Amino acid sequence: MNQFSYVRPTSLKAAIEAVAKNNARFIAGGTNLLDLMKNGVIISDKLVDINRLPLKDIQLDNGVLHIGSLVLNSDLAEHELVKTHHPLLSQALLAGASQQLRNMATVGGNMMQRTRCSYYYDTTMPCNKRSPNSGCGALGGINRMHAIFGANDNCIAVHPSDMCVALAALDATVLVSGPKGDRHIPFTDFHRLPGNTPQLDNNLGKNELITAVEIPANNFTKNVYYLKVRDRASYAFALVSVAAALDIRDGVIQQARLAMGGVAHKPWRLPDAEKALTGKAPTVENFRIAANIATQSAKTYKHNAFKTALATNSIQTALLKATTV
Amino acid sequence: MRKQQTGQSMDRVDGRLKVTGGAKYFADHHMEDLLYAALVCSPISSGTIKSIDTTKALRAPGVADIVSHLNAPRVPAYQSAKAGDKNGLQIFKDDRIYSNGQPVAIVVANTLERAVHAASLVAVQYNQETHYTDMNASMGKAFQNNRMKDYLRGEAGAWEKAAVTHSATYTLPLEVHNPMELAGIIAHWTTPDTLTLWAKTQGVKSVQETIQELFQLPEQNITVHSQFVGGGFGMALRIWPLEIATILAAKKIRRPVKLVITREQMFTLVGYRPSATQQLSIGATAEGKLTGITHQAVAITSPYEDFTEGIVAMSKFMYACPNVDTKYQLVPLNISTPVWMRGPGEATGSFALESALDELAHKLKMDPLQLRILNHADIDPERNLPFSSKYLKEAYALGAEKIGWSARKPVPRSTEENGMLVGYGMSSGTFGAYRGKATVSATLKADGALILQSAAADIGPGTATAMVQIAADVTGMPPEKITFMLGESAYPFAPEQGGSSTVSTVGSAVTDACKALQQQLGTMAIAHIPAFKGSTPETIIYEDGYLLPPNRENKITPEALLQQQQLPEVKVTATSQGGPERKKYSMYSFSVHFAKVLVHPATGVVRIQHIVSVADAGTIVNSKTARSQMIGGVVGGIGMALTEEAILDHRFGRFVNNNLADYHVAVNADTPPTDVYFINKKDPYINPMGAKGMGEIALIGFAAAISNAVFNATGKRVRDLPITPDKVLNTPVTV
Repeated sequence: MNQFSYVRPTSLKAAIEAVAKNNARFIAGGTNLLDLMKNGVIISDKLVDINRLPLKDIQLDNGVLHIGSLVLNSDLAEHELVKTHHPLLSQALLAGASQQLRNMATVGGNMMQRTRCSYYYDTTMPCNKRSPNSGCGALGGINRMHAIFGANDNCIAVHPSDMCVALAALDATVLVSGPKGDRHIPFTDFHRLPGNTPQLDNNLGKNELITAVEIPANNFTKNVYYLKVRDRASYAFALVSVAAALDIRDGVIQQARLAMGGVAHKPWRLPDAEKALTGKAPTVENFRIAANIATQSAKTYKHNAFKTALATNSIQTALLKATTV
Repeated sequence: MRKQQTGQSMDRVDGRLKVTGGAKYFADHHMEDLLYAALVCSPISSGTIKSIDTTKALRAPGVADIVSHLNAPRVPAYQSAKAGDKNGLQIFKDDRIYSNGQPVAIVVANTLERAVHAASLVAVQYNQETHYTDMNASMGKAFQNNRMKDYLRGEAGAWEKAAVTHSATYTLPLEVHNPMELAGIIAHWTTPDTLTLWAKTQGVKSVQETIQELFQLPEQNITVHSQFVGGGFGMALRIWPLEIATILAAKKIRRPVKLVITREQMFTLVGYRPSATQQLSIGATAEGKLTGITHQAVAITSPYEDFTEGIVAMSKFMYACPNVDTKYQLVPLNISTPVWMRGPGEATGSFALESALDELAHKLKMDPLQLRILNHADIDPERNLPFSSKYLKEAYALGAEKIGWSARKPVPRSTEENGMLVGYGMSSGTFGAYRGKATVSATLKADGALILQSAAADIGPGTATAMVQIAADVTGMPPEKITFMLGESAYPFAPEQGGSSTVSTVGSAVTDACKALQQQLGTMAIAHIPAFKGSTPETIIYEDGYLLPPNRENKITPEALLQQQQLPEVKVTATSQGGPERKKYSMYSFSVHFAKVLVHPATGVVRIQHIVSVADAGTIVNSKTARSQMIGGVVGGIGMALTEEAILDHRFGRFVNNNLADYHVAVNADTPPTDVYFINKKDPYINPMGAKGMGEIALIGFAAAISNAVFNATGKRVRDLPITPDKVLNTPVTV
């Protein structure tokens, strides 16, 4: 780790100004950034600690749930408004990391965390994300945890978050502030696919800061389930995860939302499967059809071929669990 | 009469220190002028060092020096080593790189952060050569070490002619000990030839001996402190190159140097359980009597040392089988040397043997427990000797009852609970019950305190607590008055804490030292106290902290005796070791493990719902720490069965999951209620306490119980550990 300076501004304006100079970065919980700095993956000359900014509120306004970007993962998971209106988000949060990490990690930091691909973390190995044009170490290497959707030979890493999978399913919006003012980004457009710029994880502009996430009102309060399949029962990243939310009335699925984690460079929505479920009865057979549609475009690598069947099975399982609560 | 202390659930004597932060582990020590070190490690897996440029690093703030093969002080023993012999990794001797992660330099600075930063500035150039880290691709290099010769009883390959046969390959990945406490050392040369070390070790005397030999110094010039160890599991049973590197740096700089390695370096510098592939073939009559076992194992080792362990040991004697042959080979790879990891080779071998038995039982349409009982070895068939004690059948019966074995359906995939497939599995484990040689000093102070000292270690089982209990029973003194001190090389000799032998070895010496002390006190009483006159030391009664003459008409406390004689203390020393019993009896501890698992049919996720482990380990000295010991072993077994695997990218020879987020040690959520039971019957021959070892058997066999239960649940036989969801999904149903 290199020597760096550290500032702790108390206003949004000061924070955005502070980050514009000296190869600076924001730090909130630091659960990922500190590891990256210790490993020499990220070298920053200045850290702008944003923990004193007033971005810790959770409120319901005209049905829209506003979540400040500094809300801790643990607080958000247990918040009454979240548990009542968006239980899928609560489930996803509790499936992530460990209690100790959730106690430190913030909403904005969770969105900004980097992939856990080993090749990204080991500075002696090739990685286009860490060091553009050095090659993808995982492509011909150990890729059991890697992407089956939306990847290319530049990068087959996956986004590690659970929370983001639920937020993608719930059509959240990201609020950001920057030198040029404020703007909104649909959650599903926030993270990127690798394309030709695998070094970029998301569409946040230079020196912009996430200030909040907003979730619109919905009817996904009853038939929801977040399924996380992992190598150990807690504190492990997903092999695959599924956020399933159904709005079932009169025995018919009025609306369906499906998103997956552990399968792509971003939280992976499954619009075709959602479409296949809409207007149908919540039956095992319909779930099977939707799951098969969802995984049609999967492309696997040497060690992750199991993920296609696992993803298909997990979607069905999540839908079944969502309807049997 | 005061109640017997052995067998009680006494709290750890150092428990309070540990939970309040009062226990000082090696890295907690501090001294004036202390410097901090960081290692520069090779990113290549084979080749030589072309150049080391330290210009930038030496200019970094706070850097004291950088030591490498270019400038390291001479190690006398390096020069005397025979060329061509496998002399281990002689750190900083030359420019040769044998494995990825091998230290090439040590950077010393006035803070840890500065040392770490400067280490990143050392620029090393290498001449890279082809490396080999894939065992399967290097099978052609398999060889046999002389320590592990082929074994044959009866006819080789007899299993093939049996009425019912089974033969399969079982594989285990490389596992890393990963105790919470990181490895390292503090080295302080107080004079140019006097060295003090604060070490993380399972044996201060063996550290002293190794350093003594390497630097050719007299024993008294080397002092090793290691009072608390934050987990060892075998990795601290030897001195590693990282410790020598620190000692060399401290010698060159002439100031004390502290090194604590990183979690990543724990994967390459302090050993591991070697990956192994085993062909286990077994045959039986139609009635289930075993007729032949053939066990062939291949495991990995480093280029510069041959590491061997008891992989095929259990197959030789566990079951009454007339024909057994074993073979054990090593494949040298460009990785560091393995070392014993809890339950060492037996844990690896038992996965093959105990899985194969389950598979055979299935073919025989027999209950796997019945198959084991039918082939129970009443005497040791390998050495043709009676067992010193063996209550395995009782353990089977107890375990079966406690898990509810009768609920197990013989046909796999026939029980479901809430959408999960239910399976039951069981296995056995065994490990040699040892007793080595140790010396203990016993000092009785005039205030009545009894202080016992021996250079033993406590890597977690609660050694001092057990020793206090043993001493309390021998002396009749209350445990509060007894202190057992360990972890100092200045104390009388004790061997390393390994092979589940500390209670047996050191406990015997404690017994003898306490008896010698009594003898001395008795002699003193006879000489000076009128009421004791005419008695012999053997007839004096020791009870409730008093000495009584044979007629019980008087009593005196030892402290009163000392005060009367105006003696500040009485000190005795006793050395103890096993006798000829070992030649007459075969001595083993035994365990049985039962598990009930749930398997999710769609995702392949395995959850263990209930575990019952029963230990036949002789007398249990402390029921609380013994239970904790068993549970700890079981948790390690869960890791072995379901989650642990260190993964190498063979293109680079580097681990890709060298951290605790990606290398999956079992966590609380993986660990179900674990019921531990002890047969708790004294072994009449092994030692005065009748206690056999327990640390290893807690883990040995366990993984097979889980894989057998997964088969019972799903009809899928996973022979490649760990049993991760993808393997369960990819394995076909074979019933």
